Amino acid sequence: MTHEQIIETLEAAFAGQLSDCDTAHGISSITIPAAANLKVLQFLYDSEDLQFRFLTDLTAVHYPNRTNEELCVVYHLHSLYLNKRLRVKLYVPVAAPKVFTASKLFSGANWMERETFDFFGVEFVGHPNLKRILNVDEMDYFPMRKEYPMEDPTRIDKDDEMFGRGGTIC
Amino acid sequence: MRPVQYNTNLKMVDLPEGHTGEGFFATSLNNVIGLARKNSIWPLPFATSCCGIEFMATMAAHYDLARFGSERLGFSPRQCDLLMVMGTISKKMAPVLRQVYLQMAEPRWVLAVGACASSGGIFDSYSVLQGIDQVIPVDVYVPGCPPRPEAIIDGIMKIQELVGQESLRRRNSEQYKGLLESYGIQ
Repeated sequence: MTHEQIIETLEAAFAGQLSDCDTAHGISSITIPAAANLKVLQFLYDSEDLQFRFLTDLTAVHYPNRTNEELCVVYHLHSLYLNKRLRVKLYVPVAAPKVFTASKLFSGANWMERETFDFFGVEFVGHPNLKRILNVDEMDYFPMRKEYPMEDPTRIDKDDEMFGRGGTIC
Repeated sequence: MRPVQYNTNLKMVDLPEGHTGEGFFATSLNNVIGLARKNSIWPLPFATSCCGIEFMATMAAHYDLARFGSERLGFSPRQCDLLMVMGTISKKMAPVLRQVYLQMAEPRWVLAVGACASSGGIFDSYSVLQGIDQVIPVDVYVPGCPPRPEAIIDGIMKIQELVGQESLRRRNSEQYKGLLESYGIQ
């Protein structure tokens, strides 16, 4: 089964819901509505012809200029049966970034969703333990969002003297 | 019979200052204990990245830290004298490092190996501790990214100097208590 046939199968099952379907560098991409993520993932998992049963990666991307769809959540799936890869994207507004959790379907999604929450602040509705995983618990911001200047001038934990920025050595 | 070969190349530690006479040698307790301590330091390696690899080379046959009396690495903080922090310490790891330090018995020394442990190094970042001296007191800093084994050995020798010269009363002094208090310890 080719990438084109995979996309055709999906379009037949989810008529009118898929957008931005393309294939490049040996991996197909589809964009789906945020609310349909579990239906699509479950279909991909259950379909005997596709069998996308391995979640290789789950992350997010922040596009600050896309109004009302600033955060993109990306699932990378692998079908060991077809040996084909598929990228499933969905967009949510940064003001209310709510996505249904895939951790019931893929156990591996548990920590990856925690990481995505930790760095981008995506709220995975129904996640059993949605708390920070890599950063300190006290952190009150989402560091991978493109909301910060490259160097934060308000930081006080940095010893300027050692980096040639003011201090006693100029 | 094959001739017996004696190793005449033994390195001996110099005697501390003192008074010698027939059948006796008198010196201060400070000197004797300093001499014993500095030549039998048990290091506790806390290696998190490339500096740890350099440390492995330092411990191995070519550089051989055992020549300085640090033959035996301890992997329990309760048995060790010297905490060697080698590598990037993230903010999430800072409480763990502090816990390890607190578990060590006095007298204890800390060696910060490499740019990351000393100042955060190239990781001018939200997630990295900007030098371990923000959470525990440090005795000697070794610069380098990573430092070569020679530099680590130099750091150990600086620690040996400190250990050998340390007064037995230092750990009870008000100054030392103040230092620990500034880190919120005790």
